[in-house]
Amino acid sequence: MAVSERMILNIGPQHPSTHGVLRLVVELEGETIAKVTPHIGYLHRAIEKLCETKTYLQCIPLTDRLDYLAPLSNNLGYVLAVEKLLGLEVPRRAQILRVIMAELTRISSHLIWLGTHAMDIGAITMFLYTFRERETTYDLFELAHGARMNVSYMRVGGLARDIPGDFLTRLKAFLDELPKRIDEYETLLTKNRIWLNRTRGVGVLSGRDAIALGVSGPNLRASGVGWDIRKACPYSAYDEFDFRIATGQNGDVYDRYLVRLTEMRESINIIRQCLEVLPEGPVVADDPKVVFPQKDLLSTDMESLIHHFKLVAEGFSPPEGECYVSIEAPKGELGFYIVSDGGPRPYRVKVRAPSFVNLQALSKMAEGRLIADLVAVIGSIDIVLGEIDR
Amino acid sequence: MGNERLAIEKIKERIGEGAIAEIKQFRNEVTIVVHKEAILEVAKLLREDPVLDYDFLSDVCGVDWLGKTYRFEVVYHLYSLQHNSRLRLKVRLEEKEPSLPSVVEVWPTANWHEREVFDMFGIVFTGHPDLRRILNPDDFDGFPYRKDFPIR
Repeated sequence: MAVSERMILNIGPQHPSTHGVLRLVVELEGETIAKVTPHIGYLHRAIEKLCETKTYLQCIPLTDRLDYLAPLSNNLGYVLAVEKLLGLEVPRRAQILRVIMAELTRISSHLIWLGTHAMDIGAITMFLYTFRERETTYDLFELAHGARMNVSYMRVGGLARDIPGDFLTRLKAFLDELPKRIDEYETLLTKNRIWLNRTRGVGVLSGRDAIALGVSGPNLRASGVGWDIRKACPYSAYDEFDFRIATGQNGDVYDRYLVRLTEMRESINIIRQCLEVLPEGPVVADDPKVVFPQKDLLSTDMESLIHHFKLVAEGFSPPEGECYVSIEAPKGELGFYIVSDGGPRPYRVKVRAPSFVNLQALSKMAEGRLIADLVAVIGSIDIVLGEIDR
Repeated sequence: MGNERLAIEKIKERIGEGAIAEIKQFRNEVTIVVHKEAILEVAKLLREDPVLDYDFLSDVCGVDWLGKTYRFEVVYHLYSLQHNSRLRLKVRLEEKEPSLPSVVEVWPTANWHEREVFDMFGIVFTGHPDLRRILNPDDFDGFPYRKDFPIR
């Protein structure tokens, strides 16, 4: 039977397998995908423009709402960029705690990815398992930051507050537990015949194409390119820690799965090293022009009161200039380009969101493949529409 | 700092001193401002020269300097995986003619970035294969990231 004409299939923006409000227009020849056109913007909130109307400190809660599955990474990227504009040094305890939080976020983000991705392909049980462990990471966030999801924990110059006493004990317990759990996930998937059939050789992206399309993070590494910003341009205290960059060879959905599993194990490894070297000391820089004074000083110390008033009323003003800082977020290169005109509000904030760029590779991965593979490919890119649409 | 200096020298040598409008450095980040007529040539040189090898285009974005002679800036953030070096390229545009050549043929990833700059600032990239709005609806009126676009 000859194929007479192309069929157009609309997927989303409300569809469980598009991980948010992504809309795809797929042109099909039989069951084969001839063309995929993503339509985005359904979650656009003009976060970059909003930043221009707020002081530098007020922007931090907005960053939570970019990749809302990894708010601490967004906080970190933003404050690093502002600190670079200011030329501000951060105390060591804060740096190490930032690494712990960023890695815990990576684990949390990868857990959600694994659960939803596996569920998309039909392995529903995975979702129940990974959400159990993710719950523990959120409990830890709640303990340290007072919020589970939109944490706004980082501050320019350090952190909002120190971790509470029992945080480290509970973190250690979680770190002891998690490797066993990851082993469990692997018994369910890694050699599962159905999983292999659905993921191996599916959605292949070569290293060359990945670089040309600007793909970063686990997706790029699964294609065999060992680029990790934590190693290439270390920030916070990453240069002190010993960890492996996970890479794949085939650049297919299966390799992306393996890379992310290894990354979770390496994150555990990094946090363990952090715990060994975590020093005592302050968690914010000693710079009264930028960092809020201690609350109890406000009723006794005139100068602290003035600093506090000025920070709240008008904020601080970095020198005129521009900076681009990028970090290795769970989904890839998360960059913040901040332009200062010397005023108390950023003149321009541009967020280089990894999901936005990675999604561009979808057509390359899916075209020429079967429609049934599309869901597996979308899941394997690990997108979050919050940071795609901003 | 080595590769950025090398890039500047090569641009001057291969394309000419006239291609560069200004060179700036702030917090160890080098910015090369090039004239819009030269952007495509400069992009090709930076991408293809094996010594420079800026193969990864991280980001393209717009900045609106309302009230200045050159109202718009288009900013490119380049990275070389091979040499672990970052470089910022910039093109300044006048308000009456906000257009410049697209670099999609050099870095395919520029496709969506340039669409976003077009969508938000109304800057036209000539030679772009598919210049449509990307985040705003197709029938949207105006360019929201311009400074004269009201926030409310």
